[in-house]
Amino acid sequence: MTTSQKALDVLAQFRTSGVDTCFHDRHIGPQILAGLNGNNWSIQDYVARGGYQALRKILTTGMTQDEVIAIVKESGLRGRGGAGFPTGLKWSFMPRQFPGQKYLVCNSDEGEPGTCKDREILQHNPHIVIEGMAIAAFAMGISVGYNYIHGEIFQTYERFEAALEEARAAGYLGDNILGSTFSFQLHAAHGFGAYICGEETALLESLEGKKGQPRFKPPFPASFGLYGKPTTINNTETFAAVPWIINNGGQAYLECGKPNNGGTKIFSVSGDVERPGNYEIPMGTPFSKLLELAGGVRKGRKLKAVIPGGSSSPVLPADIIMECTMDYDSIAKAGSMLGSGAVIVLDDSRCMVKSLQRLSYFYMHESCGQCTPCREGTGWLWRMVDRIERGEGRESDLALLDNVAENIMGRTICALGDAAAMPVRGMIKHFRHEFEHHITHKTCTVSAYV
Amino acid sequence: MSSVNTHHSAPLSDETHARFAREVAKYPDDQKQSAVMACLSIAQQEQGFVSAESERVIAELLGMAPMAVHEVTTFYNMYNQQPVGKFKINVCTNLPCQLRNGQGALLHMAKKLGIEVGGTTPDGLFTLQPGECMGACADAPVLLVNDRTMCSYMSDDKLDKLVDDLRAVKE
Repeated sequence: MTTSQKALDVLAQFRTSGVDTCFHDRHIGPQILAGLNGNNWSIQDYVARGGYQALRKILTTGMTQDEVIAIVKESGLRGRGGAGFPTGLKWSFMPRQFPGQKYLVCNSDEGEPGTCKDREILQHNPHIVIEGMAIAAFAMGISVGYNYIHGEIFQTYERFEAALEEARAAGYLGDNILGSTFSFQLHAAHGFGAYICGEETALLESLEGKKGQPRFKPPFPASFGLYGKPTTINNTETFAAVPWIINNGGQAYLECGKPNNGGTKIFSVSGDVERPGNYEIPMGTPFSKLLELAGGVRKGRKLKAVIPGGSSSPVLPADIIMECTMDYDSIAKAGSMLGSGAVIVLDDSRCMVKSLQRLSYFYMHESCGQCTPCREGTGWLWRMVDRIERGEGRESDLALLDNVAENIMGRTICALGDAAAMPVRGMIKHFRHEFEHHITHKTCTVSAYV
Repeated sequence: MSSVNTHHSAPLSDETHARFAREVAKYPDDQKQSAVMACLSIAQQEQGFVSAESERVIAELLGMAPMAVHEVTTFYNMYNQQPVGKFKINVCTNLPCQLRNGQGALLHMAKKLGIEVGGTTPDGLFTLQPGECMGACADAPVLLVNDRTMCSYMSDDKLDKLVDDLRAVKE
């Protein structure tokens, strides 16, 4: 299945340029995506943009590990992969005096439907991730790291490998970085089609060359991670935020956002908007502004609902989301999650039953099979939503859907069970009438199906 | 789909073995198994699928039981457990893509190729499969060719051109 050069030449005409999704003037105060044009990913361009200055500052001015962690804590940076855990706090959990090998892992297994930000960071600004990882490794006294990249974005994996070579050649990775006593070896690994490997312990299993089945926690990776050694795992965007924080200070980062929600965030806007793409904006920006940046609802239609934080987050109807600001606290207060910042927009032509049917199929497909409530429950959920969509639903199905969802939640090793159950509960909570209509009338409330 | 692989393959090339070695070198000496994902994908890139012979070669190289390698092959969606067409095409149909005609793109492709979804054209040129989220939702509709090349904004016109142009490639 080697693709010949001639065939690759044919395929090249369908390759995205990134102009529509990344290199536009509709970011607000960008830090990670600033100044990118698709042709300036390489190390000399990154250095010309001020890259590797943060690492240089740390290694040449004698900053201590404690000082670096304190700045990251002060910044209010929270994990950009979905959980929103405070990054500085996570770093402080690492046993810095541990005598054996420790590992740093970047989670670039971006597969949460709706999320497409890490791909663009790695493709167009890979060195910002390398620099962020090197700083993290210094702060926690780690000498080896891996970046595990989603298998479906193989060209991006190859780009990151090329960037690693550049960084090694320039002395930003390897032994005695910039003449200091700090050494850090960084490698790239890839997945090959398993959503579950975005879960950090499943990722570790995969990185160890096994099936990607999540581990029971505790022990947490900080004490028992890769190869059983203390390990810190952060998302790509989290690492990418670090150089700016070191260069500008924790307080400056915090001031870009709002209290408890520091910095900028890249939102991937997909679905029914005029301009799907990535938008880097300060945390706390009103959703209405983000929608405007994305060109508004497609074809001038009316907004129906938004899945605000990737497919696992509960849907929010238009009237609720239009009152929200885009940050962890506001979206949580509205009853959903900011998650990975993947904003899936649905217009008023969309059937919510059909939308949920597709999502439920996905979770059934991607359940690793380890825990019975998830393995059996995701299939059960899909079969019920599917029959409701096909006009074969029963009146008892809505109560049963809720019951099955409730019995999955909190009863599995990892969050995939919850991720499958939450969209079901959110859809039924806010759009119950559509499900009831399907069951009683055997038809849809809207004429145009997705 | 049978979990027993009955298709056979030729020995892996020297170049492939050299690529295996580069992957193995990324990991600690006592953790060679970590390279299994990459080695399987490299074997697939050379031969179009992962044969039992390839699994055995990789198992020996990495100090794994062949069954442990097979577990990996069968757990991850992108490994082909049997031969596929010269161009394997996966069209994403997950919700964000579906909202921008991802499902329509899959069905259009099936019609264009004259095959069912999941099938291979009689000339062995194309295999068509649905795909799950590829992490390129803003580029929808998207598809992946032979695991490694992503094509974006695939309108029906572009799908037709993709098929026509690939058919016209004379090796």
